[in-house]
Parts: sequence; structure tokens; C-alpha cells
Amino acid sequence: MDAGFWVLAVAAVGFGVAVFVVDSMARATFALLASFLCVGGELLLVGLSYLGVLIVLMMIMEMLVMVVFMVMYMMNPAGLMPMTMTHNARGALAISAGAFAALAAGIFAAPWPERAGRPPPDPTFALGASIMGPKMLVMMVLGVAILATMIASVVLATSRGRYERGRDDA
Amino acid sequence: MVEVVVLGGLAVAAACLNGAFAGRPAEPFHEVARLLTTQRRVTARADRPLTRIGVVSLPVAAALAALVVPFGDRVAVDTAVGVVWFNAMEVVAWASVWLTGWGVNSAYALIGGYRFVAQGLAYELPHMFALITAALAAHSLDLRTIGDAQDGLWYAVWMPVAFVVYLLSALAMAFWGPFGHPVAGDLAGGAALELSGPDRLVLTAGRYGLLTVSAGAAVPLFLGGGSGPVLPGWAWSLVKTCAVLTFLVWTRRRLPVLRMDRFMTVAWTVLIPATLLQMLVVGIVVV
Repeated sequence: MDAGFWVLAVAAVGFGVAVFVVDSMARATFALLASFLCVGGELLLVGLSYLGVLIVLMMIMEMLVMVVFMVMYMMNPAGLMPMTMTHNARGALAISAGAFAALAAGIFAAPWPERAGRPPPDPTFALGASIMGPKMLVMMVLGVAILATMIASVVLATSRGRYERGRDDA
Repeated sequence: MVEVVVLGGLAVAAACLNGAFAGRPAEPFHEVARLLTTQRRVTARADRPLTRIGVVSLPVAAALAALVVPFGDRVAVDTAVGVVWFNAMEVVAWASVWLTGWGVNSAYALIGGYRFVAQGLAYELPHMFALITAALAAHSLDLRTIGDAQDGLWYAVWMPVAFVVYLLSALAMAFWGPFGHPVAGDLAGGAALELSGPDRLVLTAGRYGLLTVSAGAAVPLFLGGGSGPVLPGWAWSLVKTCAVLTFLVWTRRRLPVLRMDRFMTVAWTVLIPATLLQMLVVGIVVV
């Protein structure tokens, strides 16, 4: 278990580094995905199965959408040419090393609380209840309303697009 | 683990059935022999690691999804979040097909890969709502609990919209039959165009694997799991899985290939509202 934790932790950081080392947007995106999958694996290891699997699910979908957009916005045709993922290498290195050092120092400096009580039998349920609590109904209605807004805006936007039904379909 | 092996056997049977519909039931075995002895086609400046990951991840994802599909009371891995795991593993197909299409550095294959991502965006939301509807009615994300919750009345009967959407998305995630646009003939084979030899064999196996696993998951989700008279639970699961799988395979030679932009319109304007309404009805009934 401990060994698994460290293997996944090192792999997550390693894939994170790979994002900035590789020379193609597709490889960078999938290195980032691999890093996220390692994080999902960590959550599975600590017993948060729902959150862990959810991260795996969402990150695969997100990275696939991201790779489409990243390749689309590349300067070179379709992002097929080699490229570099870093700009202002020295400044970026200084900022990121500083940020990493500050966060790592925070881990050791913070007075972590002692564990009180036992893990609940269903952590997923407990998490949902503690995040949403008595506002559960409002949050659910809001969720559906946001989704309906998204779908409606997409439908309205596409009907005026260049692939309007009746033009290229005819 | 025997459940995963059984599903693997069913995937081979599905390939034979597909051959049988064309009058050549032994075709898959001939194909395996042919592909294993074919030399690998090499394209210029291909991204080989990404292509390999794409090809291999498809059957791996199907096998991992099979871990949570129950046969009666038996399941390879006992987990409380089986539905989410199943969902996460079948989304891997997005990455597999896109990577395969991208990696080989070939225009038609690239278009095929992008077609599958677009198709994924079309089928995934209705598919998730269909899964959630069944989970909502059973108050559980565990496929066995969902199967056991349907005593007497199958979810396929009282949530038909969710069931139909599930079957559609099962075809779409395996880019099979009417949803075969990403590997369609108008692209000379699309995402799989440049694959030959063992690569093509592995990708094809993964495709049958996904089709079989989604047929297997339909049984606990909508068809009452292992419930049925006389026979034991695992046998009923097997019979029902075979029935669903036969239907899925049969669609390939019966239905025309859908253009995925047309399916996108239907998915977002008809299927998503329909599945949301279905979920609302189910939510009101069970709460």
C-alpha cells in the first residue's frame, strides 16, 4: 500500500514533468492525462473509491476535449509539427521552483490535526452530505438548470452556424 | 476472474456471429491467422508510442470494465461504485480511437479519430443519464445491487427510454454498426486505416470486447440481472447477455451508418431531454 502510494506519487510528478519535456501537443496532453490517472489511483488507494474513479472518468473526457482544442489553436498546421512546451524557460523555472518549495514547506510547517473519529461506512455519501447539506435540493435543481442552459445555448448557437441544416446536408 | 474470461469467450462468439450473418462463421479465425502473419505497415513520421497506446488500451479497457460486470451473484471485483468504474473504462475508447487515428500520421485516419471524439460527445451525456437513472431507482452504484433491486419488474420495462439510449450508446462506444462512422468506408477505414497485422487484430479484439462488456452490463442495469425461473443466476445472466449481444451484432448488417453530426443533433436535442425526463419520472416514483 505504501509502496503503491509512492510509485503513483513519483509517476504523477514524472508525467507532470514530461508534459513540458515532450515536443508534441498530443504527447503533452496524454502525459498530463497519465499524471491525473496516477492521482486518481492515489485516491483509490486511500479508500475514496467514488472520487478516485470519478477523477479517472472526468480526466479522460476532459483531456480528449482539451487535445482537440489545443491542436486546433496551434500555430503550425494542425499541430503536427514538433514544438516546445516552454516559454521564458528561466523565469518559469524560478517561479515554479519557488512555488513548489513554498507548498512543500507548507506541508511540513502546517500543524496537522489529529484524526478524530473513524471513517464513515460510505465516504461518498458523507462527502455529499457535508458539501451540500440542507441545500441538496437547491444544488440538484441548479445542476439541471445549468445543464439545460448549456444545451439550449449550444442548440441556439449551432442553428446559425455554417453547418446549418439544409445547406451542406441538402 | 472467470467472469472476465467468459466475457472474452463471448467476444469471440460475437465475432463468429458477425461472420455467420455474412455466411462465413469461421471468418474470425481465418482473420486471426491472416493478421498474425501479416507484416506491420509503417507510415512516415508516425508517433509510434501513441499509436501503440491507443491500440492496446482498447482491449485493456474492455477487460478492466469486465471486472465489475456480474454474472448472477458472482463478480470479479466487488466494488460499491461499479457503474462509475464501467463508465470510466468505456470512456477510454475515446482516447484509444483518437490516439490510433492521430498517431499513424495519415489524413483519413486522423479524420476518423476526430469523428469518434465528436461521436463520443454526442452519445456520452445521454449514456450517463441512462446509467444514473438505473442507479437512482436502485439507490446504488453497485451493479449487483441494481440487478437485485428489479424483483419482478425489469428496469427495461418501466424506464424504456433509458434502456433504448443505453443500447444506442453501447453501439456508439464500440463504433459498431450504425455508429461505425469513425471507421467507415467513406474514409477507407477511418481511424483503423493504417493498422495492419497484429495492431489491427488487437484493435478489433478490443472493439468486440467493448461490445460484449456493454451487452453484459445491460443485464444487471436493465434486464433484472440473474433473476429468472429454474436456472441459476449466472446462467440467466449468460442467456440475457447473449441475447443483447446478438441484437447488437445483428444491427451491423441491418442498419445504415449514421453521420455523426446528424447523430449529434438528435442526441443533444432529443436524447438528452428525453433521458432527463425519464430520470425525473423515475426520481418522482422512487422518492
